[in-house]
Amino acid sequence: MSTVLAAAGVGAGEAWTFWILGPLAILAALGMVVARNAVHSALWLVLVMLCLGVFYVVQAGPFIGLAQIIVYTGAIMMLFLFVLMLVGRDASDSLIEVLRGQRLAAVALGLGFAGLVGAAFFRALDSRDAIGLAQANAEGNVQGIAASLFTRYVFAFEVTSALLIAAAIGAMILAHVERHKDQKFTQPDLMRARFAPGNYPGPKPGPGVYATSTSVATPGLLPDGRLSDRTISPILPKRELTEAESTPKATEGR
Amino acid sequence: MRFLTQDPTLADFGHDPWWLILLKIVVAFIFGMSMILLGVWFERRVVARMAVRPGLNQVGPFGLLQTLADGIKGILKEDLLPRTADKVVFFFAPTVPAIFALTALSVIPFGPMVSIFGVQTPLQVTDVPVAVLVVLACSAMGIYGIVLGGWASGSTYPLLGGLRSSAQMISYEVAMGLSIVAVFMTAGTMSTSGIVAAQAGGSEASWSIFGWHPTVPSWYAILLIPSFLIFVVSAFGETNRAPFDLPEAETELVAGYMTEYSSIKFLLYLLSEYVAMVVMSSIIATMFLGGWRAPWPITAFWSGANSGWWPLLWFLAKVVLLLFIFVWVRATLPRLRYDQFMKLGWKVLLPVNLIWILLLGGLRVMQDEQFSGRNRWLIIGGAVVAVLLVALLWPARKAEPKTTLEEQMSARPSGSFPLPPLDLQVPPSPRAKRVVAERRPANVTASGAGSGQVADADTDADEKEV
Repeated sequence: MSTVLAAAGVGAGEAWTFWILGPLAILAALGMVVARNAVHSALWLVLVMLCLGVFYVVQAGPFIGLAQIIVYTGAIMMLFLFVLMLVGRDASDSLIEVLRGQRLAAVALGLGFAGLVGAAFFRALDSRDAIGLAQANAEGNVQGIAASLFTRYVFAFEVTSALLIAAAIGAMILAHVERHKDQKFTQPDLMRARFAPGNYPGPKPGPGVYATSTSVATPGLLPDGRLSDRTISPILPKRELTEAESTPKATEGR
Repeated sequence: MRFLTQDPTLADFGHDPWWLILLKIVVAFIFGMSMILLGVWFERRVVARMAVRPGLNQVGPFGLLQTLADGIKGILKEDLLPRTADKVVFFFAPTVPAIFALTALSVIPFGPMVSIFGVQTPLQVTDVPVAVLVVLACSAMGIYGIVLGGWASGSTYPLLGGLRSSAQMISYEVAMGLSIVAVFMTAGTMSTSGIVAAQAGGSEASWSIFGWHPTVPSWYAILLIPSFLIFVVSAFGETNRAPFDLPEAETELVAGYMTEYSSIKFLLYLLSEYVAMVVMSSIIATMFLGGWRAPWPITAFWSGANSGWWPLLWFLAKVVLLLFIFVWVRATLPRLRYDQFMKLGWKVLLPVNLIWILLLGGLRVMQDEQFSGRNRWLIIGGAVVAVLLVALLWPARKAEPKTTLEEQMSARPSGSFPLPPLDLQVPPSPRAKRVVAERRPANVTASGAGSGQVADADTDADEKEV
């Protein structure tokens, strides 16, 4: 497997991918923080996640990389967008500081955290070679993950999924609106109400413009042939044929 | 069995010279683009034939150049930018689905090992151990184009269309992802070329029916038929095709997310829909219909059918057949209501899928554990009896009493919206100045109250007063 072999040392392709996508990921992360519009922020975050997914693939973890793209970028960020879009198109964050000194504290804490992580990585990665990747991927990346997920970490895995299910049920309970029995409307109920007497089921028909008349004051016909005054605008003066005019002429010579 | 040795494995990928990689990418791109041109033509011709119309027949032989002409006309149209649009997102959103749909073509196996300018190479741009997930990721990312296009247009109908499509595609992605789990379990791999190789067939079953070892059908469409059916249904949902084209339901949403788009951006959306259809057909052919392998009657009398460049033909034939099914369904079925559609995805496809995977897993475990013959039959019989018991004891829904049309009509409360006459006789117009000689004489009775009379209903009484 080419990805596994390439992981032994840093190949040219891997280096190229890193130096192209690394700055892009950092730029996108900065864009996410800086962007005023919430949807733009989310889109920058999508770009960060895509770059992360590619990094995983390059570092001989194709499954986790694609899972990152499918699950996080494809589903979770999509739900984020879903909510943001419903908030409103032009909703931007207000930049008024609510807590005093919050911005300063956030910058200080962020820098401190970055320093900690950077130092830890520097200590961990300095002149050390990664080992054990070939053994872990010996039977293939997917098979390796499946083996450790369903043997060694099966309990942790199940506990995590129980947590997720609890969260999902909690969200459903919070969003659930209890309706009284006679306030529930199913689709057939709504349809019956729509066609009940006194309710007009469709869009209003246009006034009749027929071969015999081009006046907008001519009323349209209902399906059974009767005239309907709903078709005429109320501001129009009404002009309707008299009884004698509208009676069908007998043409049989009787 | 010469052709069996030519199955590409994962080790065959990644050794191509750069010019060959470039060539493969360009050819895959051209394949995608030409399938759009031909696909639109094919769809319009087939739908026309199903509606007893001639269809495209004006530009070029059989109207073949009509799509090209339409494309040029579309490109030359004015590009409109709505005042309320989010300009950057509005600009790049249409490119997203097209790019990702074309990317997915790179892991589709078009054929076995062939020789291109003296280099032995698989007829596939590339393959990775998780190639099917690449396709899923591409279709997941393609939704962004639709959602963002709907949002960036800055008006209501596109936004509703975009939100609908995101909800729709996420729900059907779940069903789709679960239905290919059975394929992974059976094939033991996620690489597309590996799945095609696993469907080579010809292996005898390890189990027997009274001493007879039947040959296991090689195509997963037969072997894993529930997965196949669920995958096909969710492919319709994932590509926004009829009967699941709710994001662009024109009776409700004008044109959905595409409403504000014009010119080349609109064409990009149109194009991505067709590429997605081609990719889905290719994936169905690869995962369930044996990929580029020749179907059974051909291989029976021609052992060379699966070698060289011939498999490309079988593959294209399968893709065109699946495209025909896409078109056929569109010409046949009406659009689903939104709640029915969601119910189908979450309450039918998903549970059926889970039960089927459970069953399949049980079967696999039974095969691996080497149960003795009697125990195996006991387990199977127990499962069958349990299913039958549940099916028999399930409370039956009370059948609604059947009423005739006349009964239903007479049951309508007075004052209901009027119905047209059932015999479809058009009543003579009350306003007719003269009756045409050919027309059947109006039924004028002594009272002068024909069916076409001005209504004497209370609601219309005021019309008669001038």
